[in-house]
Order: sequence, then C-alpha cells, then structure tokens
Amino acid sequence: MSDTFTLDGRPIAFAPGQTILQAAVAAGAYIPHLCFHPDFKPHGSCKVCTVKVGGRHSASCTTQAVAGAVVESDTPEINAERRALVQMLFVEGNHFCPSCEKSGDCKLQATAYDLGVMSPHFDHFFPDRPLDASHPAVLLDFNRCILCSLCVRASRDVDRKNVFALSGRGIRTRLIVNSRTGRLADTDFAATDKAAHVCPVGVILPKGRGFDTPIGRRVFDARPISARADATAEIASSDAARE
Amino acid sequence: MCPAERLAPDPAQAAATAMARHRHDPLELLQVLREVQEDCGWIPPEAIDCIQARLTLPRSKILGVATFYSFLHLKPCGRYRILFSDNITDRMLGSPALLERLCRNLWAERGKVTEDGLVSVDTTSCTGLCDQGPALLVNGRPITRLTERRVDELCDLVRNEVPLDAWPADFFRVEDDIHRRDALLGTSWAPGAALAAALARGPEALVEEMKASRLRGRGGAGFPAGLKWQACRDAPGKARYLVCNADEGEPGNFKDRVLLSTAADAVIEGMTLAAFATGAWRGFIYLRGEYRFLLGHLESVLARRRGAGLLGESILGREGFDFDVRIHVGAGAYVCGEESALIESLEGKRGTPRNRPPYPVTHGYLGEPTVVNNAETLAASCLVALKGGAWYAGLGTAESTGTKLVCVSGDCEKPGIYEYPFGVEIRQVLADCGARLTQAVQVSGPSGACVPAAEFGRRLAFEDLPTAGALMVFNERRDLFEVARNFVHFFAHESCGFCTPCRVGTSLLANMMDKLANGHGSPYDFAEIERMNLLLQSMSHCGLGHSACNPVLGTIAKFRPAYQRRLAHEEFEPAFDLDRALAAARQMTGRDDPAAHVPTENEEPA
Ligand SMILES: Cc1cc2nc3c(=O)[nH]c(=O)nc-3n(C[C@H](O)[C@H](O)[C@H](O)COP(=O)(O)O)c2cc1C
Ligand code: SF4
Ligand code: SF4
Ligand code: FES
Repeated sequence: MSDTFTLDGRPIAFAPGQTILQAAVAAGAYIPHLCFHPDFKPHGSCKVCTVKVGGRHSASCTTQAVAGAVVESDTPEINAERRALVQMLFVEGNHFCPSCEKSGDCKLQATAYDLGVMSPHFDHFFPDRPLDASHPAVLLDFNRCILCSLCVRASRDVDRKNVFALSGRGIRTRLIVNSRTGRLADTDFAATDKAAHVCPVGVILPKGRGFDTPIGRRVFDARPISARADATAEIASSDAARE
Repeated sequence: MCPAERLAPDPAQAAATAMARHRHDPLELLQVLREVQEDCGWIPPEAIDCIQARLTLPRSKILGVATFYSFLHLKPCGRYRILFSDNITDRMLGSPALLERLCRNLWAERGKVTEDGLVSVDTTSCTGLCDQGPALLVNGRPITRLTERRVDELCDLVRNEVPLDAWPADFFRVEDDIHRRDALLGTSWAPGAALAAALARGPEALVEEMKASRLRGRGGAGFPAGLKWQACRDAPGKARYLVCNADEGEPGNFKDRVLLSTAADAVIEGMTLAAFATGAWRGFIYLRGEYRFLLGHLESVLARRRGAGLLGESILGREGFDFDVRIHVGAGAYVCGEESALIESLEGKRGTPRNRPPYPVTHGYLGEPTVVNNAETLAASCLVALKGGAWYAGLGTAESTGTKLVCVSGDCEKPGIYEYPFGVEIRQVLADCGARLTQAVQVSGPSGACVPAAEFGRRLAFEDLPTAGALMVFNERRDLFEVARNFVHFFAHESCGFCTPCRVGTSLLANMMDKLANGHGSPYDFAEIERMNLLLQSMSHCGLGHSACNPVLGTIAKFRPAYQRRLAHEEFEPAFDLDRALAAARQMTGRDDPAAHVPTENEEPA
C-alpha cells in the first residue's frame, strides 16, 4: 500500500520521492501550474502551483509529498493569490490573446480563465522584445515568454543541445538562444526537438500552419484546464499531431 | 605616454590568461569573466569565443551568467567606470547632487557612455562604506568621503586620463572606524592559538564546545553554528566544503569588510576550525565584488598562514588534517548572499537560489555537505575554541550569546563599528554614536525592521530585534517614505528574477512607490501596496522576496503620516502621467519652459 496525503480533503496516493504536484497529476487531480511538466524535473519558479501544507504556503511542484499531510489548494485565498501571479505574468510581457496563434491551446490563458481573471489589474510594463523569425521552421515570439524554463530544460536535458537559456536578472530576465548572432537560425535547433513542443504559451511556434486548428476547436475551448489534470500531456500530443 | 586605462588589451589574450589562472576549470567561469571584465573594461565577444571553445561551455550559458551580475558588461563601458553607491545613507550625505555635478563636469549622462568612450556614470547598490560615504567605485575601486571638491578633482584626473594608480592615495583610503571593542575585537591571540586549542581537544569536543556556546549565525538567520557543523560532519558525502559568506550585500552592513581588513586571521582561523570539526578539505571565501580591494591583503594573509603551517597539508603537524582556502570574488549581486544562490555562484552559475530542502549542510557545493557561515560567525568561533563554550555562553543574553558587531551609519556624529554584547538597547547605541533628535533606526538593513523613537528601549538580540549588524539612523528631518522607497528599489534591482512574485512584484511595488512619490497616490494604491506585500511574503521563493515588503510594511504601520501626505487624491488615480511622459521629448528639444509642460491639478510647490 502506498502512502497518501489529502488534497482539499481528497486522499492522494504517492510513491516515495514524488512531490505533491507530481502525485496529484498522476492521480488526475488538478492543481494550477505553469512551469511544471511531468516529463521534467520540477523547477518551482512560476509559483502558481502554491498550496498550503499544514497552513504554510509552499510550491507543490517542488514540495515532497509526506504521508498524512493536509494540503489545501482550491481555496478562495490561494486562488486569489494565484490570480495575482497570473496577472503579473500578463503585464510582464505583451499578450494580445485575440491575435495569438496559441490562443485556446495556451496554458497561461486557460489558467487565467479558470481562475476568473477578468483584467490584467496591474500596470503593463510593455517591454521591448523583438521577434526572431530567422529559423525556417519555427518562429520565436518572446513577447509572450513567461520564463518558465521548460524549453531550457527540454533542450538541455532531452535534446542535449542547450539551445535556450535565461539571461539578465530581475524584471529584465529574458530568454536567449545559443548562437553568436543571437538568432535561432544560427543554432542547431530543429523543429523535431523536444524543446519545440513544451512551451506552455505562444513563444515557440511552428511556421506555416497558423490557425490550422480553428479557434473554437482547440484544447481548452471544449473544457477548462481544471477539468483536465493531464492537460500538459494533451497539449504536447496535440502539438505532435499537428506536426 | 599612453595611460594604462587606454591600453586596450587583446580580449582573446585576457581570456586565455584568466582561464589559465583558473586551471581551465568551467566551475570558475564567473572568476574568468570577472577577470576579463577587469582587464578589458568589458567582456568583448572575442573573449567569449575563447572561453566557449576552451571551457566547452554553451555560449548561452556564458551569456546567461555574464548578464546576471551587475559588474559584468557585454557592451563597452567608459574607460573610467564610475558607480555611485545608492544606499539611503549615501543619498542622505548628498550623493545625488554629487552625481549630477560629476555628470555636468564631464558632459556625461547617467547610464550612458560618453561619446569619446572616456567615462560612464551610474549608481550601484550599497558599497558597504556607509560610515565614510558618500562613496563611489571607479573601475571597481572605492573612493570614500566624497565632497564637491573631491568630485571636481576626480573629474580633472579623468579628463586628463591619469591612470588610477597615480590618483591621490587618500581618495582610496578606507577606514575601519571601530569605536567600541568587546570580546571579539578586544581579544587578540597569536595566529594558530585557537586552532592549537581545538586540536588538543579533538573535532568531536570542538563541536560540543560550539554547541555549548550556543553561538548563532551572524548572517541574519541565527541558526546555531554548532548544530550546523555537527549536521555537516554527520552528513554522508565524498567530500566536505566550507564557505565563509563575506558577500555582505545588505545595505548598511559593513562589518565583514572591517573584520576582513582588521581581523582576517580570526576569520580564516575560524574557517580552519570549522574544517577541523566537519572534515572539510576545501574552503572558500565568497568576497563581494565591492570588496575586491581587499583581495591582495587576504591573499597575503592566506600565504602567511600557509607558510606557518596553519593551512595546507598536515596543519599544525596533524597528519591528515589538510585544508586550504580559495577566494571567490562576486560581481555585484545581493542575492548571492543567500547561501544556496551563493553556492550556485561558486559553481560558476547564475546566482539563483535553489529549492530547499535539501539544505547545503547535506547537499551544498557540487552536491556535497557544505557549511556556509557568515564571516563574523567564523571569527567568533575562535573565542569558543580559545575560552570554551561555557565562557562564551556567559556573554550576551539567554537566546543570543556572545557579542555582535553593529554597523552604525546615517545621522550621527561617529558612524562606524560598535561591538556590544547581545541585548544592548537601541538607546545605548544611539548615545554612544552621538545621534541626536533621532526619529527612527533601521535595524538589519532593508530586510530588517524600522524602529521608531518610542521603541528605543528595545534590544538587539534574537529575542527582540534580530540583526545582521546594520543600524541606520534617521533624524527628525528625514522622510521615512523616501527611505522605504529607496529600499524597495534596492530589492527590485536585486531580485534574481527566478520566481514570478518577486521578479514582477518588486518592480510593481517600486512603481507604486514612485507613483506615490510623484503625487499621484490615492487610498487605492495604499491598499494595492499592502496586498502586494502579503503576496511577496507568502509566494516568494527565497528570503529576498519574503522581506522585500518589510520596509514598506514597517513604515506604513509606524509612520503612516509619511504616506498619508502623499495621498493627494481621494479616489483612484492612474499611474500614467502625460506631463511626465513628455519628459523625454523635453530633453530631446532642450526645452523646459512652462509651455513645454502639461499643467496638472496638484502642482507641487518647489
Ligand atoms: C537575500 C539574502 C541575502 C543574504 N545575504 C547574506 C550575506 O551577505 N551574508 C551572510 O552571511 N548571510 C547572508 N544571508 C543569509 C545566508 O543565507 C545564510 O543564512 C548565512 O550565510 C548562514 O551563515 P550564519 O549561520 O553564520 O549566519 C542572506 C540571505 C538572503 C535570503
Ligand atoms: S519560451 Fe516558452 S517554454 Fe521557454 S521559457 Fe518562455 S514560456 Fe517557457
Ligand atoms: S524571491 Fe526574488 S531573489 Fe528570491 S528566488 Fe524569487 S526572484 Fe529570486
Ligand atoms: S508549477 Fe510549481 S512553481 Fe511553477
């Protein structure tokens, strides 16, 4: 028998070494998250997955599951805090959902809808983040980057290429690519790389198939993200299907 | 003759030399970059080409590291790079006007390189010279006690491109300013005496003495040092490491600087004690970049101690007791004082705090058991070795044994270092340093607490007001809102950017404080600030984010009128201000006449 903890009262079984979010995802229970992906080592940076364990806030993707722990997640207080984080991510970049190819497949947008985000709330930063259209097969629109590091981890740990990295510090943190010119075309990136398929938002976009799947028939158009604990896997496979 | 600052060294050569000095070890990437920066005045792409090829590191990684640290530049800077310390104490001593004067004299614009490439001028976070400010760094070297006259002299030297080594030595004089000595600064011992006492007892007994002393970490968190040493000693691992944290980035703090300058032997002896207790074979001093000027002195103390058999192999003749120390120089990042970010930085990476647990005592440098202790903690451990844990525990208070170096700066006659037994009242410190008409003190820097006059009976101790050492004094004339605003900007500048709440939240908070300062505040913004504070506290990844709100929370709670005065409006007021937005256009056209302004309803009388 494996050990269990409770998530909002529901018992969740976990294997030794699993974090709270890993166990929840495996059990089909939803905790909002953006920088986590089941295929990669948890990172713990977006903080959207924050829950309360024994009354204390902690990021569920990096917190080890402990038998008997009482975890609160879907509470008005925590959801309000998550809403603020998601709003921060919106104002930090330049997000114009209606014109974004990822609309409907985007985890940031879906999470925002699900948490009831009605406005950006904070003042926009309007950063200057030029696009990189140099690569024949893939477009990079940095305006939407939420710095989740998934592409960094995928390229480093799976593709063994280190195409992506974070640079800068604080509010000036930016995603960069591994070439002297700073252009994606001058890296060894390929559209078949794992890193091409992990971006939760609309930064790393395949060229030549814009709006192949019409708005209205995309992953989160049918059901909200909270109704799909396995949404991450699903986006990845829908991405692959569209290849 | 071509002045030294003019010689443009070959970037490839500079990189090759730096890499050779560091044994072509990729873990030393930050040191290599720092030395290229020092030699070339920036890090040219050709230098990166060499590093990339020789250390076989991805270019993106090198760039990621180089852009993390404030003192590394990927674009050419001036041949003279001038950085004014921007701590509130420097500002109170007049640094903003001096910066302007310097810019006017040199036809320079803040944040830009002059067209002839001669000079670049900007601000930097507290340089740890608050007792002798206003201070600045020129090509990394500190100049203290700035006056208008000194600034003018400096401008002449720059204009004539006089090499720094030919500048008046008095410019670079850094004083220790010790005004009160107690157990630590008042005791002297022959180098090696504490170590000999420990060797006679044995490592287990040393750990027991440390536990009996109840010496707590002086870096701020106050974790019992004996327990930390024990945990590292007991942790399984292939090798053990010891780190002396001399990053001292907390504005207002400068006691580690003084310890390393006046009592380096004590600090290094403490490191050696900790190595003996834990079994560590290698130690690091993480020296903040601002203290680069201490490097030569520290290297010579290390060399002397090696010569005396106090470092190296078979220390004091004890077979198998091998330990040596390397100095790792930082490059301008406050967050690297956080122990896990410090370890990342030691490994040549961006200074991003790790997920904890596991803690460094079990998984530290290279994943091995590592003790990270503040420089003062290590120095104090010598007293425990010399005089015993029970003796040490007799000093100070029940929960805070021993003494503390307090760094006094701000509005007082005698800023500097005061060593007191723990438990000293604020009132006592203020009397000793000659502070008058004091409105408030900031204890332990921006991440600490703001204490109003009514509470000057409170004590510096973990039981009451814990402190890493800083004590900034503000007299009745000071505006505590401006103090808090300065601190909030500090946190926004120093946020590592890893986690959302701190990366975005500290900048939003800084913008909100600016909005209030610009006279556009309303009670709505007040509520927003309070909400942001709570969010930072509950959601941030590390202590920087957790405490980024302290200065605002503290001053809102205790000095509400300083904020209330800013609330010009009854209801919501947008942050966008047309007149302010036109400032760039005014600057471009060189106009500042009334017609170039859009009138606003609440014109502030000058
Ligand atoms: C943002 C941040 C900055 C810190 N800066 C320093 C520092 O400059 N020096 C220091 O000794 N400890 C600093 N600390 C505390 C260290 O993480 C750590 O607790 C300390 O070095 C442990 O040594 P001690 O137990 O001897 O105090 C900092 C912590 C945080 C969160
Ligand atoms: S590009 Fe996408 S995957 Fe990469 S860091 Fe940005 S948001 Fe994350
Ligand atoms: S709290 Fe701030 S400094 Fe700490 S990890 Fe998060 S962004 Fe970095
Ligand atoms: S999913 Fe846990 S911090 Fe991002």
